[in-house]
Amino acid sequence: MKEVPMSTCEREFILKAIRDRKRIDGRQTYDYRRLKVSFGMERGCCIVDLGDTKVLAQVSGKIEEPKKNRPTEGSIIINLELSPMASPAFEPGRPTESGIEMNRILERNIRDSRAVDTESLCIVAGEKVWSIRADVHVLNDEGNIMDAASIAAITALSHFRRPDVSVMGEEVTVHSPEDRDPVPLSVHHMPVCVTFAFFDQGEFLLVDPNRSEERVMDGRMVVGMNMHREICTLMMSGGMLLVKEQVLRCSQIATVKVAEIIELIQRALDKDAQARQAGEKCGFAESVPTNKITTNRKEATAIDTTAAAQQASQVIQEAGPVDKPMSNMLVQAPGTVQIGEGLVNTWDVDDEDMESEEKEGREKSVTNGREAVATSKPTERKRPVKAGEGTVSHAEGSDSEEEETVMLFQGDDETKSTEEPDSTALMQPSNSDKPAKKKGKKKKAAQK
Amino acid sequence: MAGLEIISDQGYRIDGRRSSELRKVCARMGVFTQADGSAYIEQGNTKALATVYGPHEVRKGRGKIQHDRAVVNCQFSMATFSTGERKSRPKGDRRSQEMSMHLRQTFEAVIVTELFPRSQIDIYVQILQADGGNYCACVNAATLAVIDAGIPMKDYVCACTAGFIQDSPLLDISYVEESAGAPFLTVAMMPKSEQIVLLEMNSRLHADNMEKVLDLATQGCKDVFAVLDRHVRDHVSESHALMTAS
Repeated sequence: MKEVPMSTCEREFILKAIRDRKRIDGRQTYDYRRLKVSFGMERGCCIVDLGDTKVLAQVSGKIEEPKKNRPTEGSIIINLELSPMASPAFEPGRPTESGIEMNRILERNIRDSRAVDTESLCIVAGEKVWSIRADVHVLNDEGNIMDAASIAAITALSHFRRPDVSVMGEEVTVHSPEDRDPVPLSVHHMPVCVTFAFFDQGEFLLVDPNRSEERVMDGRMVVGMNMHREICTLMMSGGMLLVKEQVLRCSQIATVKVAEIIELIQRALDKDAQARQAGEKCGFAESVPTNKITTNRKEATAIDTTAAAQQASQVIQEAGPVDKPMSNMLVQAPGTVQIGEGLVNTWDVDDEDMESEEKEGREKSVTNGREAVATSKPTERKRPVKAGEGTVSHAEGSDSEEEETVMLFQGDDETKSTEEPDSTALMQPSNSDKPAKKKGKKKKAAQK
Repeated sequence: MAGLEIISDQGYRIDGRRSSELRKVCARMGVFTQADGSAYIEQGNTKALATVYGPHEVRKGRGKIQHDRAVVNCQFSMATFSTGERKSRPKGDRRSQEMSMHLRQTFEAVIVTELFPRSQIDIYVQILQADGGNYCACVNAATLAVIDAGIPMKDYVCACTAGFIQDSPLLDISYVEESAGAPFLTVAMMPKSEQIVLLEMNSRLHADNMEKVLDLATQGCKDVFAVLDRHVRDHVSESHALMTAS
């Protein structure tokens, strides 16, 4: 199936964003997408997630006759498979031009830079050598297959263990893993590719282009580099022209990126080695239930919350201390719970404000008699609790609903009042000159 | 290969060159009558032949037609007798396919394809003898052939290799030097503006040495340009003399 061409409007949008130094997925110019390296159950199996791009590499080895001109060297074969599963643009059958190019870059990056020692793969010179094959399958193409594939290939090669072999005279014995521990390949260095996408004839440069950026770009440059700042492969092609400075700049950026990536790979390898040693579960089967490798999960997106956090802390500072939380449930009998009655209203915040205003008002401009009432209140409040009289309501005009609650109350007067001293006490202030409406919301008890 | 000394103590290479010296470049344009443009080039012992057909209407695969520019079609092949061991497959293996693709990308960037919409330009290149720098010989030969065909280009495109052996950069490396396993850089550029059209590197090279090698390769491309330009001018004045004489 031919790929649906990108609309001019989308293309312009992406290009304009790039000219404004923005990327459609919110990354910075030199940012990689989230990179994740996971391993399979078997040795030499590695899955790399780069954002939504997913690549699997599996390494296998077999014994065969060496090439005539290199009798003491084993061979490394790297095969990149672009299956139609990854993208509708990939046709089954013969590899496409871009597929061949990528495969060659991989080969040059890993084999031609002698990342894996081929001489140690020799068993009997001229007769038997190990042939190591790395199959790299692209599972999902969301852009930048090259980097993901190179990471997957070199990680899988480092993760792989080949069976140990011993030679006794003419006889060659391949030991099973139970017999002797399989041996790792000798990986001298880990070359990793970094892809740069160029736009506007090389004026703008992006690291790790995603799929839509790849479709808009003029051309790309792939820099394969290892930890020691050695360039293992360099490939620039496509219908664009660059000057020397841009090439050198890319190699500098690649240095930084490669160091980060290799550190991540190393950590993943170490973690896997530890897990294997400890006999923990590892591999795909283990990853599926924990949603490690399935795509039915959404990565948490990083959101800048500093502004919101600032605002929140400001609100908290201004708000002052919070009232003590009070139990606002009352268990009447097993299975029945009462809420509301006899408790303070926490919803009606300005209720208290009003009360305090009222209080203030009272305190300022009242007669002595009233003041006396105010001062006497605390005692009044505690009274019902101490006396165990139950809640006392001074409400006028109670309606039928209230009557019902009253009925409920009477049986349990004692327990209730002891259990809820706070609420009864707090509720008291509202007794005097409250409008009937508000009181209606509050709880009442039976008049004794 | 370990025992082989690539550079002698006196600073000479195996074939007697200095480190920043090109191999001898011989070129001829217009070697075939049927093709619209053709050229033959020798760079030391590397020999390449290029022919150009077009611009003509798009032949096989109408789906390839570009409504705003010409399609460039390149085919690279190596004669079966070009290498030490007889090649069983002159074209179509991965390496040749890659080479074809690189040639196409190079010339797509350099030929002013916008002038020939809905048409096709064919470039066929064959290596007759391989002695290192195959891609360079192909590009240089194809440039001459494209010029011979009268197809407008932005500039000449010249290619050159530069290696880094025994801590010194070497220009235009031969097969022996190539197979010593040392890093080498292949550059195709437009010499006047120094814009790089294609850049390729093999083996391991420390990033700090990159600039040195790239500088040397740039210089090499400029040298190649000087030689090619002289050949083109000679060819044109020769054919002009023939035309006026008759």
